[in-house]
This record gives sequence, C-alpha cells and structure tokens, in this order.
Amino acid sequence: MEERSILEVENLTKWFGGVAAILQVSFSLQKGELLGVVGPNGSGKTTLVNLLTGFVKPSSGKVMYQGRDITGQRPYKIAALGMARTFQMTKPFYQLSAFKNLIIPLYSSRVKRLRGGNYGNRDDVAIDLLEDVGFERDSFVPYKVASSLPHGYLKRLELARCLALRPDLLILDELFSGMSMSEVAGTLPVIERLNEEGLSIIMVEHRLKELFRVAHRVMVLNFGAKVVDGSPREVMDSEAVKTAYLGSEAED
Amino acid sequence: MAMRYRKERLDRGIKVRCDDVFALSSYREALYLALPRLLPVAILLIFPLLKGVVGLYYEKALVITCAISLLALSWDLMASVGLLSLGQALFFGAGAYIAGYLNYAFKLSPVVTIPLGTLGGALFCTFLLLPVLRLRGVYFAIITLTLPLLLSRFIDTTKILGGGEGISGLSPLPNIWFELYVAIVAMLVCLFGFRRLINADYGLVLQGIRDNDRAVMGGAINIYRFKAQAVFIAGLAGSFAGAFMTHYYQFVGMPAFAMDYSILPLTAAVLGGPGTFAGATIGAFILVPLSEALRGFGTLRVVFYSAILIVCVVGLPEGIFHYMRRKYHQFERIREID
Repeated sequence: MEERSILEVENLTKWFGGVAAILQVSFSLQKGELLGVVGPNGSGKTTLVNLLTGFVKPSSGKVMYQGRDITGQRPYKIAALGMARTFQMTKPFYQLSAFKNLIIPLYSSRVKRLRGGNYGNRDDVAIDLLEDVGFERDSFVPYKVASSLPHGYLKRLELARCLALRPDLLILDELFSGMSMSEVAGTLPVIERLNEEGLSIIMVEHRLKELFRVAHRVMVLNFGAKVVDGSPREVMDSEAVKTAYLGSEAED
Repeated sequence: MAMRYRKERLDRGIKVRCDDVFALSSYREALYLALPRLLPVAILLIFPLLKGVVGLYYEKALVITCAISLLALSWDLMASVGLLSLGQALFFGAGAYIAGYLNYAFKLSPVVTIPLGTLGGALFCTFLLLPVLRLRGVYFAIITLTLPLLLSRFIDTTKILGGGEGISGLSPLPNIWFELYVAIVAMLVCLFGFRRLINADYGLVLQGIRDNDRAVMGGAINIYRFKAQAVFIAGLAGSFAGAFMTHYYQFVGMPAFAMDYSILPLTAAVLGGPGTFAGATIGAFILVPLSEALRGFGTLRVVFYSAILIVCVVGLPEGIFHYMRRKYHQFERIREID
C-alpha cells in the first residue's frame, strides 16, 4: 500500500489570519491516478496546490511525497523531486519565444540528471515538448514571442513547462480556464495520454464535464474542508456537492 | 481632397524566425550585421593613438568613461535578473579599497592588486547582499542605496583604512598606454561577454527570474543561487572599475563610495536603453564626455547637463540604443493611402 501511493496528505491546514483557507484536509494519491479537485470559488483549491508545491507554508499538517516528508520545503526543491505545477494565471516569459520559455526548466539540475549531462540541443528538446502539447511543429507558432500567443497556447505552454521537468506528479491548477471548447478538446487527450503513460495527475478544475470524464477520483472542497472524496459517479450524485455549488435551499 | 500619406516600415529581409537568427546570403549582409559592432570597437582601439588630435585631456576622460561604462554594464546585468540597484558605488568602493589597501600595506604592484581587488570586491559585495537577495524592486534598491553610505561612514568614524582622509600616494599605473588599453579592453570584454551571457541559456534563466520568479522556482531552479551568481559577475565588473581607478587616481578614500558612482551608471543605462548592455555603454559614452565638455560653463554646467538629459529621456523613452537598432533594421518609406 505504502509503495503504491505517491502523495500522502495528513491534516493539512492553512490559516490566513482568522480564515482557514485549508482545514484538516487529508487524502492520498496512488501512482498513476488522476485525481480531480473541485469546489466553488474561494474553497481553497489554489491554496491546496500552493501548499503541496511549497509556494505557501502550511500552518500545520504533513505532506509526504514518494515516502519523503516535504512539508514546508522550498518550491524549487519540491519541483526538483518531480512535482510540477501549472499556474492558474499564465505568466510566461513574454519577451522570449515559446520554445525559449522551456529552456529555463530544461536548465535545472533535475533535467540534467534525468536526461544525462549532455542530451543534445536544448532547443530541439523544447520544440519536441511543444509538439507534445499540441504546438504545430512545422508552423511558426513555437518560434513566436510568447506575448503574441493566444491564451490557449499560453496555457499549453504552461503545461509544457511542467513536462520539461519530466515530473512524477503533475498538478494542473485550472488549466482549462479561459480555453475555448476546441482548445479544451485538443488538450484533454494530451492529459489522458500522459496519465495512461503512468503520470500521476492532480487536476484542479472548474470545467466539471471534462474533468469527470477523465478523473479516476474526485475530491470536493468547500470553505477549505474536504466535503466528498470518491469516484466521479459518487461525487456527482452526492448531496453535499449540490449544496456546496448551489447553496442550501433558501429558507422561506 | 488632399492626398494622404503614411509612413510604412519594413523589416530588412535577412531575419528569420527568431530575433537572433539571421540568414546571410552575401558579404554585404554580413557586413551589414558586423558593422555596428566592428565600427565602435575599431574607433575605441584607434582612439588612444590620436593623442595629438584629441589632446591628453580627452584621452584621460576616456578612462573615466570606461570605468563608468563598466559600472553601467554591471548595473544592467543586475537589472536583467530583476535586481534594481541604486548602489553601484558599493562595488566600486569595495574594489577600490581592497586594491588600494593591498598596495598601501603590502606594496603589491597594481598588476596584482587590480585582479585581487576585482575578485575580493565581488566576493565581499556578494556576501554582503546575500541576505537581501530575496527582496525585490524598490526594497532591494533602498538597501543598495544605503550600503555604500554605511560603509563610507563606517570607515570615517572608525578611522580604519585611512579613515576620512583616505590613502594617497598609491602606485600609479605603468604608463598611459596601459591606462587606456586596459580600460578599453576590459570594457569591451565585459560588454560583449555580458551580451553573450544574457542570450545563452544561463542568461535566459536570469531573465526568467526577472519576468516571473515563481515560474522559475516551479522549474526546479534555485533562484537565489542564480541571483547571487549574477551579483558576483556584476560585482566583478564594478570592482574592477574601482580597483583600476584607485591606481589611476593614486588615491583611495571615501569618495570611492560617492553617490556619483551609483547614479551616473544608472542614468547611463536608462538613457542608452536598459537590458541590452550596448545601451549602457552608449549612455556612458554620451554622459561622461558631455559632462567634461560642459566644464567650460562653470556652475551652469549642471543646468545644461540636466537639461540635455531630460530632453533625451523624454524624447527617447525607449533608450538611445533601442531607437538606433530599430532605425538600422527597418526601411522606411512614404506611401500613398487610397
């Protein structure tokens, strides 16, 4: 059992002043699992991602990753262990072309170690990565300055930036937000494929229809606490979820 | 109805795909690209030979220009990592004091003290700034503004390292050729070295830290290590200028931490166009000689100097170098609008 889980979270709590952004959240993630995290706005989804990846220090609780206690570690150390995350607000390196954006994670010691010191031209690796997430290789798009790319491409660039690290666990913070229907339709298979190749994924998402199609398990947060954790079917049918999203029935 | 015209701008056709990849098909095009780099270098290398034409005064001014230019380059490198510095005098002073004191106390020749001052100054400043590398923007800036003041007051009150009077009578540089050519070559090495560095993959990481440090951290990169390295490299340039000028003036004292060495490089870089290094150099090569040329006006000098500066910054907010580069790489022609 211990062997198969990649992430164990125990009683994770984060107070911002008097508000509990995340309160006593515990869950685990199996290797190769795709866990969806949903919840209304302000329910603490992004804070959870920040806590897991070290961008915010937890008030209490414990995060075990690959059998290692990473609670309160610095973000770059956690990333170096193979936990990569996307940011909800895409903020690429605007002056650089799309593929040059990927040079930065490719420069990390993790990538050097995994790929072997001299793995050839970083530019070529970067272009391959972009092709993986749906940039047309023979077009000009990978060479365009990031500031000129449409939102959908920036989101996928963000995904490629994570994949550059060859992660063991990928955390997607609302990757689909702001994407058009066709962009989502183009990106969803990429995520499914990565998951089939054995990558563990945590997907924080507002686009429930798409999420429920690919997720093995879905966790619902409301006011920082875990409400439900189960199969997509169970979650969709649960009363607690309806209450969280729609509010309890108005009292007359 | 009057015919209407508009200006049409066309990029020259030798650029392909990225900013830095060119497709060259003739010697003319090769020359077109090489000329803006070769011409200034050639002029600089020939300049010291023209003593009869320009006079010793301007030969000497060139040394100061190179020193300010090195400080401006060092400022620009720090700015490329998002570290806004208001205290290049810190680097200058550290290099100056180390070289000066080694020369005074151990009678070491400038050939030894200048490299030691360069290295020691850079190390000293890096360690001094290490605890504040987390700070960003204006918070980092005020710390750098304070440190040179703090050090100069410290030397003044404790009376160490010559105290308020400083140390004079230091060994001069061997001869004027050494003065001019070492200054010019150091500046050129620094200029082209930094330009190469910032466009290499290492430099992309540095720029990434400036643009979005969270994404760089998310890329498993320890940004504080990179920031410290950048400060060290910038420190080398700044401390070299200090160590070199100490022997040039044959004096080291509190003026080595003077505000001039902080503000002038900053102004040069902003005037010339930050982020390109060439801009910082151009800025220094305009400001310092201008300031010398205006000496004839006596007290009014600062007024003219400031007025010219304001006109330049308002007129070309992007920086002189960015403007020049754009004009060089574009055709302009007038077209009729139907």
